[in-house]
Amino acid sequence: MTEPKRSGILAITSGKGGVGKTFVSANLAAALARAGRKVLVLDADLGLANLDVVLNLFPKITLHDVFTGKSTLADAILPAPGGFSVLLAGSGMVEYSRMTPEVREQLQKVIDEVTPKFDHVLLDTGAGISDVVLYTVSLAGEVLVVATPEPTSLTDAYATIKVLATTQGRRRMGLLVNQTRKPGEGRQVRMQLQQVVDRYVNPQLDSPVRLELLGEIPSDGAVRDAVVRRQLLLEYLPGTAAAIAIVATAQRIIQL
Amino acid sequence: MKRPTAPPSLSPTSLQLEQALQLLGQSGRLPPNGDRGSPAYLQGLIDALVDLSSRDALTGLANRRAFDVALEREIDRVARSGEPALLLALDIDHFKRVNDTHGHKAGDLVLQAVASALIDTVRPMDLVARVGGEEFAIILPNCQPAFAEAVAERVRRRVEDMPVVVAPNLHIAVSVSIGGAFAPQWVRSTPALWVERADKQLYRAKHQGRNLVQLEPSAVSVVSAEERRLLFDSFQFQDIE
Repeated sequence: MTEPKRSGILAITSGKGGVGKTFVSANLAAALARAGRKVLVLDADLGLANLDVVLNLFPKITLHDVFTGKSTLADAILPAPGGFSVLLAGSGMVEYSRMTPEVREQLQKVIDEVTPKFDHVLLDTGAGISDVVLYTVSLAGEVLVVATPEPTSLTDAYATIKVLATTQGRRRMGLLVNQTRKPGEGRQVRMQLQQVVDRYVNPQLDSPVRLELLGEIPSDGAVRDAVVRRQLLLEYLPGTAAAIAIVATAQRIIQL
Repeated sequence: MKRPTAPPSLSPTSLQLEQALQLLGQSGRLPPNGDRGSPAYLQGLIDALVDLSSRDALTGLANRRAFDVALEREIDRVARSGEPALLLALDIDHFKRVNDTHGHKAGDLVLQAVASALIDTVRPMDLVARVGGEEFAIILPNCQPAFAEAVAERVRRRVEDMPVVVAPNLHIAVSVSIGGAFAPQWVRSTPALWVERADKQLYRAKHQGRNLVQLEPSAVSVVSAEERRLLFDSFQFQDIE
């Protein structure tokens, strides 16, 4: 009875906020677009959307207008700098930050409609493990957990992985470690998370959860420069270490 | 091109009518009303056969087949409505011992007694099923997490307080272990995953001494101190600016 998981849909989530989830979503989309893919980023952080801020867009039409029937979905899909498309939540979405049957149906409808039109649909979820976030992730074929090498981020990433494994039966999850301070730190974070999953989560499951390191983005002053200027790193400073790491992550996502 | 052949007309003789009536009679059901072969009669017959094929012959509870159908319907409903629904997995403690000591007849009496105790303790909207030999399950739609413990405890205590008469002057004490888990709200999950989670709690209840209730902690997202310790173990965090 489970609907077929849509392989082109990637949910980007983190547990903790402020780890660069939206930055990653936008720049990954640009890297995928540069690799010739047709990409849509859907701002699924319905309560506290800020993809528009990251991309320096001032949308007139948002998901809110689609949900309320004021606008068609086609009109709400906007071109973003970086060669991909976006579907922005807009600030009028606060009322959708709690899950209701209506929000569920609207979101499902939107995703069903856009999925066939793109090679990749990236769902930029909100922070936390709210029911809206869990629902959004459940619509995706693949999930990318973004974490930074800090105790709070690791804890929240682990909690997210545990919930997704237990309640959604996810067995393969991608990991992206942002703001690493030394080479190999991403691998270390993956190992650390996998170790706790092996000890406390996997024994309860019929088949084990496997975390896959899809990328490691070094802490890079260029990221801050780009964010402050509200530019995509891939456009503004494409030769930097962080930008190169994002391009490498996009290549791994294409091969998923 | 082949012409589709006309469907065979419904004749009472071409249907396995006698066999159906025999099955109904054997299960203590009355034959359907109306003239033999009339639409009303056949409808009544189908209804009775559907009921028959949804029930466990020994206890009269929903059988495995009906349970699977109900579980799928419920998980779908929870995904759409977000209403909490609880699944309890129950197992009679040391049931093999009852069979070995007092015989299968006594075992059957125990199963029937537990079945009626379960039916008596839950709401009419709840579905009680016998899903295996001495295994039962209860689906409780729209059950608030705050009441889960009380509901499961009531079921456990009811069985504990009910000695089963298996022979003249022979009462035996019976107990059940109970595991429970809520369906994931809003999210489309699978019945198998839900059963797995409830079963895992049942396993914990068995291992902690039986005649116990174990419910899945409603927040699976809680990270325990031990998990945290292992997570940070040997990891060199850089100084945070």
